[in-house]
Amino acid sequence: MSDAQIEIQLIAGLAAMACAIPGVFLVLRKMTMISDAISHSILPGLVVGFFITQDLNSPWLILLAAVTGVLTVVLVEFIQKTRLVKEDTAIGLVFPALFSIGVILIAQNANDVHLDIDAVLLGELAFAPFDRLLINNLDLGPKSLWVIGSILLLSLSLLILFFKELKMSTFDKGLATSLGFSPLLIHYGLMSVSSVTIVGAFDAVGAVLVVALIIAPAATAYLLTDSLKKMLVLSVFFGVISAVIGYWLAHWLDASIAGSMTSVLGMLFLLVFLFAPKQGVISAIFKEKQQRKEVSLLVFLLHLQNHEDPRERHVNHLQEHINWHRIQAKTVVDLAQKNNLIEIENQVINLSEKGLQFTEEALKYITTNKPTAIEDLKNKFFLFRG
Amino acid sequence: MNITEYFSMLFTDYTLGVITLGTAVLGAVCGMLGSFAVLRRQSLLGDAISHAALPGIALAFLLTGTKQTHFLLLGALISGLLGTFWIKSIVKKTRLKNDTALGLILSLFFGFGMLLLTFIQKLPNANQAGLDKYLFGQAATLMVQDVYVMIGVTGVSLFVLLLFWKELKLLLFDPDYTLTLGFNTRFLDILITSFIVLAIVLGLQTVGVVLMSAMLLAPAAAARQWTNSLSVMIFLAAAFGAFSGVLGTAISASQNNLSTGPIIVLVAAGLVLLSFVFAPQRGLLARRIRFYRNRKELNLRKTLSVMYHIAQNHKDISHPHAIKILNNFHGYTRKTLNKLEEKNWVEIRGNQWSLTAKGYQEAENFYKPQEAMQDL
Repeated sequence: MSDAQIEIQLIAGLAAMACAIPGVFLVLRKMTMISDAISHSILPGLVVGFFITQDLNSPWLILLAAVTGVLTVVLVEFIQKTRLVKEDTAIGLVFPALFSIGVILIAQNANDVHLDIDAVLLGELAFAPFDRLLINNLDLGPKSLWVIGSILLLSLSLLILFFKELKMSTFDKGLATSLGFSPLLIHYGLMSVSSVTIVGAFDAVGAVLVVALIIAPAATAYLLTDSLKKMLVLSVFFGVISAVIGYWLAHWLDASIAGSMTSVLGMLFLLVFLFAPKQGVISAIFKEKQQRKEVSLLVFLLHLQNHEDPRERHVNHLQEHINWHRIQAKTVVDLAQKNNLIEIENQVINLSEKGLQFTEEALKYITTNKPTAIEDLKNKFFLFRG
Repeated sequence: MNITEYFSMLFTDYTLGVITLGTAVLGAVCGMLGSFAVLRRQSLLGDAISHAALPGIALAFLLTGTKQTHFLLLGALISGLLGTFWIKSIVKKTRLKNDTALGLILSLFFGFGMLLLTFIQKLPNANQAGLDKYLFGQAATLMVQDVYVMIGVTGVSLFVLLLFWKELKLLLFDPDYTLTLGFNTRFLDILITSFIVLAIVLGLQTVGVVLMSAMLLAPAAAARQWTNSLSVMIFLAAAFGAFSGVLGTAISASQNNLSTGPIIVLVAAGLVLLSFVFAPQRGLLARRIRFYRNRKELNLRKTLSVMYHIAQNHKDISHPHAIKILNNFHGYTRKTLNKLEEKNWVEIRGNQWSLTAKGYQEAENFYKPQEAMQDL
């Protein structure tokens, strides 16, 4: 690995980490599309800033572009407040217009601006190591490394300082407000940090892909855990993984680094979407099946408890009268037997003592209808789940 | 070429005519179908779909090796639909919310598309350079066959719209009621979403992947401000869409170096801005004016009601009183008094006022709620 390669991976990894942190909160607060809007609408800010500063890595440029990002949020909220259009339409109207202005500004001044449209969409990660920070002729590494590094440091320290406030206002706005945390301050604080991060990462990965770095790691992590801290750690981890694998994939294909980072994130998300233990699609299918079987079992047991007549409790009755298919009837009876809830005598099914106890408690649950109580009940009585 | 030249050449120059017709038809069909997207709160779905179409274009090129628009757009259609259904299944199957699913699919598909595009550019035999135009659109590449396809799609979608008009309208405004009436809402939902995807895919060549969503939203959002009727809104949105298509193409063609997409979007955004401000009932200006009018009316009534209470304490309702006893707090200004006199509710003599019989009657009506409401 050459120095430049290490530097590129370092920049990509830091950018992914910096994006993942605000991303977690945006996903939890259901505001991810606003990050899409910001990432597009900072473009005119960047171009105008570039006219003024003539340096793509100047802190003033980043500040100016970040202000444009926050202004976008304000503008969107203003349009939402007029109630002329629905919330999402407001976002969908504002950012294409601002982005168009940026694109036109670039096209009109193509000779003066060192930005081009490809760079806007994809960033220039591959060239990042060539733009170096020199102080007294001392080479301190690529400029973008310093930019993204300081942004990461900023958002990390804000995260640690205001972790409690962020957590509270994300999960229980009412409580946070009543405890005296200003929701407005936290909202705009988060928006400002997101803006700064997007601008900083924009240079490395471009307008659309910065959105991927914000949303994808957080969304993937959200499917795997219920704890905010774990979600933060996981999404940072996913971001860094995608940066490293993405770099080598791009190297191998000789294609855009940012594009391949996103593709890696996409694969990660697809895997988790399918196979996540609790939230994944496949586990959801199993869970649904299990629940269906267990509901049948419950209905069956209650039926037994309700009917004294042996004819009603005959094995064949299940198929003839309750209209269950042979297979379904068999699995339900098997499950009940496995759990020692029933006894079969001369093809007549009786509830066992345990079965009686279970149905009694289940009836109590149904009449009082306490949510989640049924799960405890199942855990208590069932040796085998459906 | 400047814009006036452009319009004078419009009817003589064949290519220019084709391009202009194409963008006009595109704008119309986008406005038409966009109305549904806007009213169903699916505005951002368009953004996600258009971005999700990019890998389809690139894959279609990689697989077939042709740059024929129809093949590429077919790829875009498939990948757009794939993205749409993936979004729906994410929202349905996991705890992720709609906005996250949209942003996720949008950025992931687009990133994958960009990976493929940059990969294609490096291929030795790639007669590339053509695929880039799908990012921001280039109306100049429209061919007459493309325009035929657009007109065909517009015709079909208009036909379907008219065929399912009642059902779609019902679905828009009360989906639960539609379901209870026994309509297949799932089918209707897929139907309208598929047509939205189709419209987006058609626009990719002209407006581009990145900005296509605005083409869908802006005409509809502008049209919404002018009317409360669905049919009028759709018609207006189609007209606005066609207008921004034509004007945008004209501006873009008369300048060097400008992609069509951003210009069309800016024209459409301008229309939205105008509609927001100047629309007769919902517009911000009209709202402001109504606000001031109501305030003035309120002051007038406040003053009158104060006079009424004073007059009530006298045998003769037209007994004159000093103007001095009225103050700002009563809503009194010189203007309101003049206005009251104009309406013949009050008579002014020197610095004294007296209530007329008509004014007394009017004030009495305030306390009969129904009549007062009708009056407002």
